[in-house]
Amino acid sequence: MSFLLKRFAFYLVTAWAAVTINFLVPRLIPGDPVQALITKQRGQMTTEAVRSLYVLFGLDKNESLAEQYVHYLGQLLRGDLGLSFTFFPSPVADVIGTGLPWTVGLVGITTVIGFAIGTAAGTVAGWRRGSWADALIPITTFLSSIPYFWLGLVAIALLTGPASFFPAGGAYETGLVPGWDWEFVGSVLRHSLLPAVTILISSVSGWILSMRNMMVTVSSEDYVTVAHAKGLSERRVMVAYAARNALLPNVSGFALALGFIVGGTLLVEIVFSYPGLGLQLFQAVGAKDYPLMQGIFLIITLSVLLANLLADVAYLALDPRTRREG
Amino acid sequence: MRSNPKALTGLLLLGVFVVLAVAGPWLAPFDPSQRSSDLLLPPSSAHWFGTTHLGQDIFSQVLVGTRSVVFVGAVAGVVATVLSVLVGVTSGYLSGSAGEGLSALSNVFLVIPALPLIIIITSSLPQTSNLTIALTIGLTSWAWNARVLRAQTLSLRRRDYVEAARATGESTWRIIVFEILPNLTAVIASGFVGTVLFAVVSEITLAFIGVSDAGGWNWGTVLYWAQSQQALAQGAWWWFVPAGLAIAVLGTALSLVNFGIDEYVNPRLRGRTSARGVRMRVGFTPVLSEEAS
Amino acid sequence: MSDRVLEIRGLTVQYGLGADAVQAVRDVTLTLHRGEVLGLAGESGSGKSTLAYGMTRLLPPPGVVRGGEVLFHTDDGETVDVLRMRDAELRRFRWAEVALVFQGAMNSLNPVQRVSTQLMDVIKAHAPRSSAMSRKARARELLALVNISADRLDSYPHQLSGGMRQRVMIAMALALEPRVVIMDEPTTALDVVVQRQILSTLAELRERLGFSVVFITHDLSLLAEFADRIAIMYGGRVVEEAASADLYRTPLHPYSDGLLRSFPALKGPRRELSGIPGSPPDLRAMPAGCAFHPRCPRAMDRCGDHSPELGVPTGHAGDDRTVACWLHPVV
Ligand SMILES: Nc1ncnc2c1ncn2[C@@H]1O[C@H](COP(=O)(O)OP(=O)(O)OP(=O)(O)O)[C@@H](O)[C@H]1O
Ligand SMILES: [Mg+2]
Repeated sequence: MSFLLKRFAFYLVTAWAAVTINFLVPRLIPGDPVQALITKQRGQMTTEAVRSLYVLFGLDKNESLAEQYVHYLGQLLRGDLGLSFTFFPSPVADVIGTGLPWTVGLVGITTVIGFAIGTAAGTVAGWRRGSWADALIPITTFLSSIPYFWLGLVAIALLTGPASFFPAGGAYETGLVPGWDWEFVGSVLRHSLLPAVTILISSVSGWILSMRNMMVTVSSEDYVTVAHAKGLSERRVMVAYAARNALLPNVSGFALALGFIVGGTLLVEIVFSYPGLGLQLFQAVGAKDYPLMQGIFLIITLSVLLANLLADVAYLALDPRTRREG
Repeated sequence: MRSNPKALTGLLLLGVFVVLAVAGPWLAPFDPSQRSSDLLLPPSSAHWFGTTHLGQDIFSQVLVGTRSVVFVGAVAGVVATVLSVLVGVTSGYLSGSAGEGLSALSNVFLVIPALPLIIIITSSLPQTSNLTIALTIGLTSWAWNARVLRAQTLSLRRRDYVEAARATGESTWRIIVFEILPNLTAVIASGFVGTVLFAVVSEITLAFIGVSDAGGWNWGTVLYWAQSQQALAQGAWWWFVPAGLAIAVLGTALSLVNFGIDEYVNPRLRGRTSARGVRMRVGFTPVLSEEAS
Repeated sequence: MSDRVLEIRGLTVQYGLGADAVQAVRDVTLTLHRGEVLGLAGESGSGKSTLAYGMTRLLPPPGVVRGGEVLFHTDDGETVDVLRMRDAELRRFRWAEVALVFQGAMNSLNPVQRVSTQLMDVIKAHAPRSSAMSRKARARELLALVNISADRLDSYPHQLSGGMRQRVMIAMALALEPRVVIMDEPTTALDVVVQRQILSTLAELRERLGFSVVFITHDLSLLAEFADRIAIMYGGRVVEEAASADLYRTPLHPYSDGLLRSFPALKGPRRELSGIPGSPPDLRAMPAGCAFHPRCPRAMDRCGDHSPELGVPTGHAGDDRTVACWLHPVV
């Protein structure tokens, strides 16, 4: 258990660091773009809303940095992330609330599936080194060098159109009322298919390469030779001895790489106009909507931390050496 | 090097990009921003990659944009590599809480999603230029390499010759510079190449969502205009294909160099596993038939 | 010849293919009889492990078997050649007839699976119809053989000491009651006390179960007590083979003599400890003639250009001893 506790403490520290970066960035950088935006919208904002933006961006010059920090943390704990300018006058928290489920559904699920497929393919590629499986390597290298969003652009150009099965954008047919009925769910699936495949193609190749290299490394361990010497079936040696051990570094690599991957996948949402956090971030950048940008950064960081914690739990279940002896 | 075709191919391709980065503006047939009456034309002998909705020459845009891409990649790569060596090697060499603290710092930076962080920093900057973008990317993306270097340094520190140098009273920085760093060259090089790749993709991504050097061109700005002018809906494939392929080729070149380094560092990945019709397999040593030997 | 169980004939093993291949085992011929312990000794790099893994075809790439025969005589009088088996046959043969204990058993156990799983999966692979209950019972029995209590079945390898892991590997080797057990320096990583314990357990088990052992080590003094016969390897060749008492008393090859002087004798006559000057040969540039001659205190002109053949030395009664040295012309 101490392993998980340690990790948990680390994630708390990281979350705190992310919050602090968020606090410091607007204060360190000269110019008060937020002030300008507030001035423009002043007439339509309640005094509380203005107050909360003042706390978030350090516009109250009468407070010391320490005081600002205390107020800032207090406000975050209440879940107040300020008002969004793009979606005026919705609070940032509400805006993120509408985007988050779509992102978790699309990016979260495809990332996990991509990892699973890539690991499985990498297992075979590493095991059958020196055979046809080696041809996968140049292809996957090329694919993994393409930015996610560009692949999305190509997919749209090639596969969508007025007569196509695939819609070019959005998360569901306009005019449908969200709910748990077949028509809606079917439409959601149809709209997410192409973005999902785009993410899968780009992310799978990285996992194939790393799992293949781990398989090659693990295959020369003594216990794999012992497994062969025991006359076990090829399948059992590959799965229970080689892949089972090669998986461990891949899982920790997965946790570490999440921070990198999420950035790329969010971009796919932009290309497909998929109404998740990535699209909102894009809109926020375009409109210089700082409260929304910062809110999205915080939420993405927290989600990645949570995903990391889940990966740690998985690692714990996979590697007996991290479990407490007894 | 000759025995490492992957690395060689990668380096050759990189060389081409560097030459284009230097000479691109002179080679470009048009001013990339100059408008003309040739609106949205497909590739032709006059405009190799076609034109934009304003009649700008896309070939010139891609060519001129190479400089910004290579510049940001190189600067960010150098900044991140220097930082990662400082943090990674120090934290690996120092024992006790100082080392642990630095290692925790790099783990924090590793877990925080890099691209959103870069976005909030660059878009808060009063003005964005290639240099500020490169610095932001460099300052936020050193953590992965620092982690790798720390692990390597930890294991090097226990080697005999390092212990011996310490026993003879050599100063810490001499040991680090003369005993440890030379043994980390391959790891540092591979980290540099990896960071350059990340920086290039990040810069292009930033430009694609509208954060880029004011007035300058890079492959991401080309894609930004293509996207915002609905190039796809108008069937103008030539507007986004060349820039994307350029990214993919540059990325492949960098990956190839890194494969070469990996194989050099980890000999298990190297050995050819089949030759002369004999396939080498773990667990079933091949027996050469009389003719094959 | 009913009492032979394993015959290696002209086995040559190399690393790599083509021009840059190095031959680590050259034309080795050895015979293992039923119930005997054959010791295989030689300096580090002399090719002992390569021979052991080459003849079982477990050598990792870039190892390849260049030629020769590895004949196994089954209990019902059939003879099979391990080098000519197809994959499926080889899988069936492995562990059932020839089991191995690896050099450095520390890494021989799969770190992420319980000891019981690793003991039972080999039984299941060879007796797919056995019940889970019977496999579990057998695993318990096997641990008892090597004096490990049954509650260790649920342990993971990292929870066991080095000595225990080595015992588990020995228990595992005996799981299918093989005719031959090949042990590659099974005790080198352990301290002397544990080493003794394991060796005596092993000796006792062999008495009881009657399997043959190929025991690889570079510590000749260990073999003197434990082995029936000893083969000495140098530069990938067997240079001398004899009953262990004979070899110990009157080593014929100067290399065997040097090896004996490299270790303090545990019993028998005291020898002056001198070791062997120089270092083992480079496989890429083997000296012409006898590979040992550059280091040999008794080298003659002939040693530099003609390689001696392994054979029964003249003057030796019987054919149970061979040597490859110009000092001892063969019949
Ligand atoms: N993969 C390889 N490629 C080339 N040569 C190798 C390879 N593996 C081993 N060798 C060479 O083969 C020779 C025999 O090695 P081997 O491991 O069989 O020696 P050994 O007698 O078991 O030594 P030790 O007592 O140290 O275990 C050595 O000279 C070694 O350098
Ligand atoms: Mg050995």
